[in-house]
Amino acid sequence: MGYFLSYYTYISFGCWVQNMLAAIIMLIFICFCVHFQNTAGQFFSSGHTNNWAVLVCTSRFWFNYRHVANTLSVYRSVKRLGIPDSHIVLMLADDMACNHRNPKPATVFSHRNMELNVYGDDVEVDYRGYEVTVENFLRVLTGRLPPSTPRSKRLLSDDRSNILIYLTGHGGNGFLKFQDSEEISNVELADAFEQMWQKRRYNELLFIIDTCQGASMYERFYSPNIMALASSQVGEDSLSHQPDLAIGVHLMDRYTFYLLEFLEDIHPASKSNMNDLFKVCPKSQCVSTPGHRTDLFLRDPGSVLITDFFGSVRKVEITMEAIHLTDPILQLEDGPMSEEVQEKTYSYVDQLPVSEIIHQKPKQKDWHPPDGFILGLWTLILLVFFKTYGIKHLKHIF
Amino acid sequence: MLMKGNKIRGQLAALSIAAVVIIVGVPLWWRTTETYRAWLPVSQIKQLAKLQLQLSADVEVVFARGTVTPEQQKKVPLTQTQEEEHAVDGDTMLRYRFETRYRTATIMEEDALNKPTAAGADESLHTLSESPCGSLVFYVIPELSLLLPKDTDVYIGQRRTALLRVSSQVGVGRTLEQLLAQLEPRIKQVLQVMSFSHTDVSAVLSDRVRFNPDSKEGIADSMRAFKSSPGYEITFSLLNPDPTSHQLHWDIEGAVQTYIQPLLTKLSPVANFSIDSQTLYYSVLGVKPRFDSSCDAYTLNADSLAHVINPVEARLGSNAASSNPVLNFLLYVPDAHHSPLKIQDHRKQEVPSNAFHSPRWGGIMVYNVNGFYEPEAELPVDISINMAEVMGVFLAQLRLLLGVQSSPPPPGFLVAPRGSSGLADWELDRLMWSRCVENIATATTTITSLAQLLDQISNIVINDNIAEQVSSAVNSLQLAVAELEAGNLKYALQLSKEAILASEKAFFDPSLLHLLYFPDDQKFAIYIPLFLPMCVPILLSLIKMASEARQKRREKLAKKD
Repeated sequence: MGYFLSYYTYISFGCWVQNMLAAIIMLIFICFCVHFQNTAGQFFSSGHTNNWAVLVCTSRFWFNYRHVANTLSVYRSVKRLGIPDSHIVLMLADDMACNHRNPKPATVFSHRNMELNVYGDDVEVDYRGYEVTVENFLRVLTGRLPPSTPRSKRLLSDDRSNILIYLTGHGGNGFLKFQDSEEISNVELADAFEQMWQKRRYNELLFIIDTCQGASMYERFYSPNIMALASSQVGEDSLSHQPDLAIGVHLMDRYTFYLLEFLEDIHPASKSNMNDLFKVCPKSQCVSTPGHRTDLFLRDPGSVLITDFFGSVRKVEITMEAIHLTDPILQLEDGPMSEEVQEKTYSYVDQLPVSEIIHQKPKQKDWHPPDGFILGLWTLILLVFFKTYGIKHLKHIF
Repeated sequence: MLMKGNKIRGQLAALSIAAVVIIVGVPLWWRTTETYRAWLPVSQIKQLAKLQLQLSADVEVVFARGTVTPEQQKKVPLTQTQEEEHAVDGDTMLRYRFETRYRTATIMEEDALNKPTAAGADESLHTLSESPCGSLVFYVIPELSLLLPKDTDVYIGQRRTALLRVSSQVGVGRTLEQLLAQLEPRIKQVLQVMSFSHTDVSAVLSDRVRFNPDSKEGIADSMRAFKSSPGYEITFSLLNPDPTSHQLHWDIEGAVQTYIQPLLTKLSPVANFSIDSQTLYYSVLGVKPRFDSSCDAYTLNADSLAHVINPVEARLGSNAASSNPVLNFLLYVPDAHHSPLKIQDHRKQEVPSNAFHSPRWGGIMVYNVNGFYEPEAELPVDISINMAEVMGVFLAQLRLLLGVQSSPPPPGFLVAPRGSSGLADWELDRLMWSRCVENIATATTTITSLAQLLDQISNIVINDNIAEQVSSAVNSLQLAVAELEAGNLKYALQLSKEAILASEKAFFDPSLLHLLYFPDDQKFAIYIPLFLPMCVPILLSLIKMASEARQKRREKLAKKD
């Protein structure tokens, strides 16, 4: 519409009005055509039947409050738009809500003057504290978890799942820092996505990263059907939005702040598409230049709805037929069953098998040479040589 | 003299140190830093990557009395084979083989075919002989037979038999070849319905062949059914938003035992099922229904149904301790103020079953109870739910979600109503064919990509148990393909299930995590401080020796002159 406006101002006003009317009529006609879609057509437009979200905050310490607030804002939007907790894997590296320094315990705010508490009433954190490591993150993505992992900690996606992955924290050119002690490189991330693609663990993937030099993290992707957004280009820093004087730290990062503002206007039936998402936080507001990558994505971003990734709009089919059942319900026999049930008494496994621990043999570990072995070895050889033959032989070497 | 001896000793020392470093040190360093990689059958895996499947089915065509003349009868015991080949893409090729055996009917079969109704004939034919899994028997009956109604030419039974009516318009002078030629298109049509067809099998291969927009319905079908899995969890939930008005009773245990369990028992070669049920109080649908005065009921139109599921799903909870897919079946009884609640489809017509389902999730049925009590009755009212009606709808949804295709049969076909288990034998066979192909394709893809991954990343440790799983998966795959070719459907399905279990276990083993990405500059940074201090003296002494030897040779040459 804006394009039409600017173009036609050069022509006379009457002509402009006529052209506007023609444009409006065409638009209405197109909308009409699009409205008459049957369910098979609805299946086509996105090809997914369920939605998952993996939201990760990678930094700890109180002054990184804003990263936890970032992740919780996206969590809140995603839940509000319909994705249930069973389909969200939330990883928070530190606990800000119950941190000793939090003047308002049990809250995490995202706006100045404490307008919006993103911690809410029913937050379900799947990986918390020290469980948020590069290893666990890659295990969740690739599915290589130990068999004892509960369902809520797994990413049980299939080939018709759209997955939203959101990472935030401190990053650099080609890496993202986890827990202030380790880092994940963009090559590892790209390999993890490729393994997901090989096992068809996703239909489409939306990758959003809000760190310094975030665009470097999506440079190495090579699997199909991935769309990536980052808050800043290589060489730029992502800046935080606003400090709160009562809490004493910065509450949000700029990119996620404007992203949250944009998402608050989206509701489950909304038809906004990805082109609107790319426009979030232009340079004037964000100071850094947000980037995006769509060359690996097969559909046109203009036809991808925001709710394809952030919400969970289910496809629905009417059940046309029913089976006609005529047999009466069998009466179950209770007698022998209840006796059997009474005989089996269950008890808890011994929580701390002391006797086993006491008598345990130490585990067989592979033998490694002790540290500094090679340096020590060569020092020894040189010392012995010079001791035997005298220091004057040094000139034969040098 | 002494200086020369010392010099020689010095040179010998430097040479021997260099020798020790190269002969002992380098191999020692190599052995201690290599990763343990057990042997994998890579060549066999590469062979499997080119998926060449052959599906064979045995078909028996029995001519009843009156369809063939006595001269033709003598020639009739003959066998024909039809083969069809489809190359789905560069790596995948499918071959379909039908071995058709023609014979005449025995006296007992003739007696069975003389029963008054087609269903009765079907039943008595079944008592005579039971066809093995995957095979089919067609009985050709004369045109004037009264078994089938006037406008139907084919009757598809509950088991693995079908009755075909042949038209005798050509006349008496018909040869056997002409008769067979006339029957062939009809037989092909019936086989498309009762046995595997190219559209079904290629729909199942959507993992390997991604972008195949043959038909919208095919894609919708493949998106609706759950992917093959060793087990499924089924949960039945009763949603009662208004316990103060309605006190609901449902005999779910008995209903499951009577109506659902027979189907699940029949499906046991395909997957394991575990069932549980729950009741949820004060759970609302999340969408406000509108009152439609034309039908005097509250209505939910088809567009708003998509938003119904999410608020409910958050409350459902899950009892599953395994990672198997969960099917949810919800029975919603509307509250007294919003009764009756009807579902309308896209054309604003009422839906007779009053239910809808979501692909790969489950189904929801709305059960109106306002007709069971007077408006002035004392609240809360005790209501007993008619489980037969409810389970009829849930069974139909369950069939759809598990992938039992129910496309409408071609015109002139009459399909027998399903038996007490809700699944005909030939439908089970079809499901087994597609599951078998799906399992084999998925297991092959998994093993191939695992081998590729382990090849690419040279420093992942491959333990013995992974190598064992891979070998057993490869073995099972080869056997499954062979059994499929031979036509033993049950064994092929079992082997394909073993193959997929082993391949998934190998692929998702927790020890296969690649956390060892070392860029080249990091590798140099690690090794240089260790080896440079050692190598510099050795190299320098060797260079010194070489330059001294060269100088001596030059002096010798100069002396000679």
